[in-house]
Amino acid sequence: MTARLARVGLRLATATILGFIYLPIGLIFVYAFNAGTTPSWPPVGFTLAWFGEALRNTGLQQAFLTSVGAALMATAIALVLGTLAAIAVARYEFFGREAVSFVVIFPIALPGIVTGMALSTTFAQIGVPLGFFTIVVGHATFCIVLVYNNALARLRRTSRSLEEASADLGADSWTTFRRVTLPAMRSAILAGALLAFALSFDEVIVTIFTAGGVKTLPIWIFQSFRLANQVPLVNVAGVVAILLSVLPVYLASRITADTGEITGARG
Amino acid sequence: MSDHRTPTPEPPVRSTVGRRLAAWLHRRPGLRAGGLLAGPVAWLVGVYVGSLAILFLNAFWSRDAFTGATIYEPTLRNFAELLGDPYPGITLRTVVMASLVTITCAVLALPVAYYMARVASPRIRNALVVAVIVPLWASYLIKVYSWRLILAEQGILNWALAPFGLRGPGFGDVAVWLVFTYLWLPYMILPVYAGLSRIPDSLFEASADLGARPWMTIRRIVLPLALPAIVAGSIFTFSLTLGDYIAPATVSTTIFIGNAIFSNFGAGNFPLAAALSLVPLVIVLVYLLVARRLGAFEAL
Repeated sequence: MTARLARVGLRLATATILGFIYLPIGLIFVYAFNAGTTPSWPPVGFTLAWFGEALRNTGLQQAFLTSVGAALMATAIALVLGTLAAIAVARYEFFGREAVSFVVIFPIALPGIVTGMALSTTFAQIGVPLGFFTIVVGHATFCIVLVYNNALARLRRTSRSLEEASADLGADSWTTFRRVTLPAMRSAILAGALLAFALSFDEVIVTIFTAGGVKTLPIWIFQSFRLANQVPLVNVAGVVAILLSVLPVYLASRITADTGEITGARG
Repeated sequence: MSDHRTPTPEPPVRSTVGRRLAAWLHRRPGLRAGGLLAGPVAWLVGVYVGSLAILFLNAFWSRDAFTGATIYEPTLRNFAELLGDPYPGITLRTVVMASLVTITCAVLALPVAYYMARVASPRIRNALVVAVIVPLWASYLIKVYSWRLILAEQGILNWALAPFGLRGPGFGDVAVWLVFTYLWLPYMILPVYAGLSRIPDSLFEASADLGARPWMTIRRIVLPLALPAIVAGSIFTFSLTLGDYIAPATVSTTIFIGNAIFSNFGAGNFPLAAALSLVPLVIVLVYLLVARRLGAFEAL
């Protein structure tokens, strides 16, 4: 009887806490269709007008395109560097291997404001003007770990004997990489890249320090949500921001569903 | 590893430069590892570790009070300033907030993680894992903004509590605690869930066989074994709280370390901002060392 009661209690607690997690996210979707211009509850009516307005707002569009562009470039860099580092760590013995896995995690393990301050100070010191380029550099730095973690997990689960067999059959390193290693890693790398895109698209704590005058979508939202007349647009931008950060993650979890590699570690 | 040293016969069909290079590389695994690592290590060390070093150096410069220009002469003035008002109070407040948020997250995460790991059917379990991962990634800023709407005077919380004659906490320290707990809760649930899944069933059976009541089993078996996982989750809750300036500024006017760094940075006092940002850095590094001793790294 107690066991049954505990079970019901646990189920209730889980449902309540999940409700707590989802309610604020759902609220934004409701507000995006709210006919009223103030964020008071309850909503006054249904409208699609704000979506049309958002499509006509050049500042918002520009910010959106900047975010997509920066996320694509940061993901491309993270994809290459994360994959290379993962192969080296998984397949070779060398001095300082532990240090590599430590340094990769660093940009995400340390508090965001420290990363932002460090990058911003450095760019100022060496005279790199802040802007799109510095946003990409910052994002790529903390996105590497996402590709790295996924690729490394996959490599650790893939037997090395396949690569050895390939070598025994006369394939050189490059052929083995292209025909054996890479196909085995492909879905893990893709999942990592999707996570990297989601993180980059969404990041704001570090980005504010490295953006200069350039506005990404989160920066646009951050600067707009205190302005009363922008509230309806911020709600629409919020829906877009949620969807574009969640969809890649959902896809990534589908791609690697059979392996359970995606854990969601990010920072 | 012996196979790597076995000489590979030259390919019989065609011998291009590329293939010869590949064959030459094949006999030199050290060189291949180096080639693989050159890019990532150069980037991470050059961009990140280098930046941290420059940040550290900047903490020893100072700012000319009249011109606002940076004076490149090493001084401990910034650190002396950190010891005076208001910074010790701000640091203490931030650490207390991070601890409260961590404890609240752990308390909320345990029942969810336990249900996921030990009670739910495999199908429900997988669905719940996705249900926790997805909001973790959902736009950070929008989640903060949403709480601004929820806690506002005309917000949904006051509306929902009004029939009971109650009011929400409004903007302030309680709101910061609530928002941080909300933001980082999934980061705590996932490692604790993973930790609880790893406990062998036999331990539960043994505990029951020895006459332990469920509560006793939880206290003597589950909690001690979940501890490394909770500590692993707390690395996120702690580090993320220390590094955040947006959430407090959105739902309160209270100054935490992040806000102090950000406002000094905005005011152009880069050396002091640099010195200040060493505070959360050191706290997190110490925390990581302690966490490692508690076995949190294996539980990540």
